[in-house]
Amino acid sequence: MTPSFIQIKGIRDGLLITLDGLTWSDLAAAFVKNVDERLSFFQGARVALNVGTNELRVADLSALRDQLSERGIALWAILSESTVTETTAQNLGLATRLSIPRPVDKLEPELELPEDAAKWVKGPLRSGGRVIFEGNVVVLGDVNPGAEIIAGGSVIVWGRLRGVVHAGAQGNEKVVVCALEMAPTQLRIAGEIAVSPKKQGKIRPEVVCLKDGQLVAEPW
Amino acid sequence: MTAKVVTIASGKGGVGKTTSVANIAVALASRGQKVTCIDGDIGLRNLDVILGLENRIVYDLVDVIEGRCRLRQAMIRDKRLPELYLIPAAQTRDKTAVSPSDMVRLCDELSQEVDWIIIDSPAGIERGFKNAIAAADRVLVMTNAEISAVRDADRVIGLLDAEEKGPAALIINRLDPELVRRGDMLSVADVLDLLAIELIGIIPEDEKVIIASNRGQPLALDGKNKAGLAFQNIARRLMGEQVPFIELETQNLLWRLLGRK
Repeated sequence: MTPSFIQIKGIRDGLLITLDGLTWSDLAAAFVKNVDERLSFFQGARVALNVGTNELRVADLSALRDQLSERGIALWAILSESTVTETTAQNLGLATRLSIPRPVDKLEPELELPEDAAKWVKGPLRSGGRVIFEGNVVVLGDVNPGAEIIAGGSVIVWGRLRGVVHAGAQGNEKVVVCALEMAPTQLRIAGEIAVSPKKQGKIRPEVVCLKDGQLVAEPW
Repeated sequence: MTAKVVTIASGKGGVGKTTSVANIAVALASRGQKVTCIDGDIGLRNLDVILGLENRIVYDLVDVIEGRCRLRQAMIRDKRLPELYLIPAAQTRDKTAVSPSDMVRLCDELSQEVDWIIIDSPAGIERGFKNAIAAADRVLVMTNAEISAVRDADRVIGLLDAEEKGPAALIINRLDPELVRRGDMLSVADVLDLLAIELIGIIPEDEKVIIASNRGQPLALDGKNKAGLAFQNIARRLMGEQVPFIELETQNLLWRLLGRK
């Protein structure tokens, strides 16, 4: 028998389970107990959890994820009304929306962003790290090879840029990419792509913008 | 006693994790510390071979976790150092035989009996890696001075940050000062530049490490060897000592003075 604070719904991508009504530690324990009681039903399932307003830290979520994975259940998404929980889930590489649209679709602004809105990212952004934002992106620190930034607006890196950056991802050609050291694996502005040429001589800050359909780098 | 749990991870395979676990464990034990190392590479176990304990395995990590033996029964005492133990991995199972919470429970139980638990993580960032870091108080990330290994180390450091297991410390393995001097290998500064974490050890390239591993006699017992000394220094740094890094260039200069080309 499933208690009332656990609601289970079948969705296209597996199960959507809503936990609500108790404190998180009670909820998590009750949920795991419920899973154990009906293991044959849950085993091999892909689960998205709706945790309502609970504010969850890394330890909470990673513990539950590990407990579920021990039982052969893949936790792939966390839905939450709390931004703390959403950030935690994203840090652990879990989805926070049910349908994962292609990155470009995801860039469609949900709210009307002011033109100078920027996302502040504390670096270094390491390999495997990914930032997607419909406005401008400012990184304080390095962007390492294997990291990716996709921005609707401009991208400013206060550090070395060695990863992949796509600025103006929704087609805005008036954006710029700047970095203290410009050595990206690949750089895209709107629809144009460039790789950075082999550098010689002194390292200096540079700004890249789109001029007549070409990416052009200039001292910054 | 409450043990410190140290995991050595790298992302990329073949950079020398297992050899280093063996050597760091030996170095700690030779300093009078009580050490247990755990081979986390279930299905591809190696640590027993490098420690020269392969023929003594009766029970393994999975036997303990599944309750077929007591913890003490799976702990193999080292031939040379009475305070060094190994819990070997199972060879006939895979990573799913162990879960992160199993590792936490195991280390909790062990931590009453020893000063150090050193865990050898398998390559990769999947289940085996998650198991290996679950109980860690401290993670040492290992890399060679080559771009692909550094890239993978960067990814692992990012994952450790996300799991709140950071800040990790870095070991650079198989550094060849001659190649660095010629500009054919990344230098320590290049690697640190990218990874931007604390450095805890630099192991110079030395064929004796491989020879010692094949013989099952970890090099850290040989105080005259530079690589062995580097492992001893890592052990001392783990124990909280301030130890300067070995000057690898002077050896070079000496060789050149002796007429080596």
